[in-house]
Amino acid sequence: MIEEKFDAIVVGAGPSGNAAAYTMAKEGLKVLQLERGEYPGSKNVQGAILYADALEKIIPDFREDAPLERHVIEQRLWTMDDTSYVGMHYRSDDFNEERPNRYTIIRAQFDKWFSGKVREAGVVLLCETTVTELLRDTQGRVIGVRTDREGGTAFADVVILGEGVNGLVGQRSGLRPELKPETVALAVKEMHFLPREVIESRFNLKGNEGAVIEAMGTITDGMTGTGFIYTNQESISIGIGCIVSDFAESGRTPYGLLEAFKRHPSVRPLLEGSECKEYAAHLIPEGGYNAMPELFGDGWIVVGDAGQFVNAVHREGSNLAMTTGRVAGETVVWLKRRREVASKANLAEYQRRLEATFVMKDLKKYRRIPDFLHRNKQFFGVYPKLLSAAAQTWFRVDGVDKRAKEKQIFQSFREGRTLPGLIGDALKLARSWR
Amino acid sequence: MHIVVCMKQVPDSAQIRVHPVTNTIMRQGVPTIINPYDLFALEEALRLRDRLGGEVTVLTMGPPMAEDSLRKALTFGADRAVLLTDRAFAGSDTLATSFALAAALDKVGREFGVPPIVFTGKQTIDGDTAQVGPGIAKRLGLNQLTYVARIADLDPAAGTITVERRAEGGLQVLQTRLPVLITMLEGVNEIRRGGLDDAYRAARAQVVRWSAADAGITDLASCGLKGSPTIVKKVFAPQGRAEQVRQVPTIDRSADELAADVMAAIFQTQPALEEDLLRFAAGQ
Ligand SMILES: Cc1cc2nc3c(=O)[nH]c(=O)nc-3n(C[C@H](O)[C@H](O)[C@H](O)COP(=O)(O)OP(=O)(O)OC[C@H]3O[C@@H](n4cnc5c(N)ncnc54)[C@H](O)[C@@H]3O)c2cc1C
Ligand SMILES: Cc1cc2nc3c(=O)[nH]c(=O)nc-3n(C[C@H](O)[C@H](O)[C@H](O)COP(=O)(O)OP(=O)(O)OC[C@H]3O[C@@H](n4cnc5c(N)ncnc54)[C@H](O)[C@@H]3O)c2cc1C
Repeated sequence: MIEEKFDAIVVGAGPSGNAAAYTMAKEGLKVLQLERGEYPGSKNVQGAILYADALEKIIPDFREDAPLERHVIEQRLWTMDDTSYVGMHYRSDDFNEERPNRYTIIRAQFDKWFSGKVREAGVVLLCETTVTELLRDTQGRVIGVRTDREGGTAFADVVILGEGVNGLVGQRSGLRPELKPETVALAVKEMHFLPREVIESRFNLKGNEGAVIEAMGTITDGMTGTGFIYTNQESISIGIGCIVSDFAESGRTPYGLLEAFKRHPSVRPLLEGSECKEYAAHLIPEGGYNAMPELFGDGWIVVGDAGQFVNAVHREGSNLAMTTGRVAGETVVWLKRRREVASKANLAEYQRRLEATFVMKDLKKYRRIPDFLHRNKQFFGVYPKLLSAAAQTWFRVDGVDKRAKEKQIFQSFREGRTLPGLIGDALKLARSWR
Repeated sequence: MHIVVCMKQVPDSAQIRVHPVTNTIMRQGVPTIINPYDLFALEEALRLRDRLGGEVTVLTMGPPMAEDSLRKALTFGADRAVLLTDRAFAGSDTLATSFALAAALDKVGREFGVPPIVFTGKQTIDGDTAQVGPGIAKRLGLNQLTYVARIADLDPAAGTITVERRAEGGLQVLQTRLPVLITMLEGVNEIRRGGLDDAYRAARAQVVRWSAADAGITDLASCGLKGSPTIVKKVFAPQGRAEQVRQVPTIDRSADELAADVMAAIFQTQPALEEDLLRFAAGQ
């Protein structure tokens, strides 16, 4: 047992736990952070795009020494069928700004850096230490944690759970239900190494400019999911993920999808000659607002993926993790200043503060989307195929007159999806998006 | 009893690669670990301390980042960590390494109590010479017990120690007088995890940092590159063998088909093997 009592114990050293620990320690609180990995980042997987805004609110000058790969100047959205893609590309020199908005990062390095800042701020971090359960007093208030180390208990006024998507501590302690296979995606990812000049010429980049591709369509073989390709300095991250229940139903394997994605004629040339050095798989909570568990209680707060804080449509997760971590930390500091206990009633302030941020607003706005995409697989199979066929009809010059081509395209959509189906899809999409 | 364990931070050799063009070792991004052999020495020292009381000090000569390894040793339960770090030590061979470590051990003795037992590992996984331990023993006039598999008996009052030493052809039982230097054999124990208290203490502990001057070393000509008569003339990767890796696609193949594919790929490069097997099968 650690004799000293802490103001707060933070479980996990991912973006959410680090943000919470840093915020509290900066304000002079005594914080103990526990991480089961050998070092922070050793267990973490992400694409990964870092959104500067969320981190800037925690460490304003992070650009000075954070391990950033490339700043994103070009975003490509691809709708793919087996041989083609229809793309929307947005590239702007405005993104070559002094304080760029989005960066590609390598999580293992980034987490190490972030953790360094956390420890500099005064947090005591213990790695290779897994929290096994929450300790409660006779009234059921959480008063500390038990770990898998000998003599492994530690006590604090409040426990912040930043344990990630598969947060077993919270599940085991009955704070939230087990994950449902329909609300969680399984993603696999590889890092492919290439000389930087090759990456820059293939993606039309210079210096530290970066490009990212988000892809959907037949690459997920009818399942709800997406793929991504991100440029790092000397490597390309490529990955694909689908809802777990879809994998279970289809019997397809994640690595099988990734292999096929890599072999797609539009993707293969981007990776040509590269060396794959890393393979990783991880879950992503994609249930959104409706899948959100209770966020606080007597003596505890949930932050990051453990609270389902992911905006799957926009592929935002780490920024929600950092923001919820920061707001949780600020709430604890605020209570401490007022000499108030971390009771459930008092910690409701955490949720009140979150409601005022983009986190809750976005998740609420998109609350119908996860279920919508789960039920409407046509957006991952039928439509990408129709779109590609239409583009091909339109661009191919073959003696057929343009009016006939228009007709042919319209006809293909009607056959593929029927008129009521088309109108219904448009209405449903609009309604879910609102 | 005060016990000192000498530990080296080494690149994880399982992850080292040789640059195909320049033939140099690519250390970039390769994680560092405590030389695995040294963990057996550390665990043995901790067991003696637990039994007899006293303190365990871990000592490393290396770059500033070697502090990570020392902190890890504290997590396992060591009481104190000393890092000997100075540009003057760069490029040390075994002669210069044992010179610097011997001087630091002297200083450790003056500061924290003279250790009746100094442990080292049998050898390192990067240098592999197994010379540093004996070198220290010689310089400090310690009795040396190498390749020790077990400490059979230790009598601090009488100042004697009995150990089992693995040697060619069998086990030797040796007895000698303290102080001693022991180089510990691998596989004789398993490093403990360390309790939550140890982890907490380790996270907050100050690692003692000594420069050459701090350690009282004035003879800089015996340190680092200057004090190292051994020169690495060339580092090279052994010639790769002619065989090449073949990849067998696994997508959409049943286990039987896969097995057949793999066998076909093997037989393609090893026709003799196929013939042998066929002949063997026919003979049955
Ligand atoms: C393939 C993939 C791509 C992604 N791409 C992006 C992207 O481009 N941009 C983006 O913003 N987000 C992305 N995300 C999402 C993002 O990675 C997560 O939202 C983010 O990592 C959540 O942070 P967290 O701190 O809540 O959890 P995590 O990063 O998962 O950290 C949790 C930590 O807690 C530790 N832990 C767990 N249980 C215990 C325990 N019992 N005791 C002690 N420690 C414990 C874990 O070891 C881990 O270090 C992606 C995710 C995946 C899988
Ligand atoms: C790639 C490579 C390049 C090298 N280049 C040079 C060079 O250019 N010039 C040169 O002179 N030498 C060079 N060396 C030799 C290097 O300096 C030796 O590794 C070093 O002297 C220690 O010898 P060893 O690793 O064989 O240790 P061993 O004698 O095998 O180690 C036995 C035990 O001694 C202890 N020990 C060893 N080193 C330390 C230490 N630093 N701190 C604390 N305890 C220790 C440990 O307990 C260890 O288990 C090179 C080595 C390598 C691997």
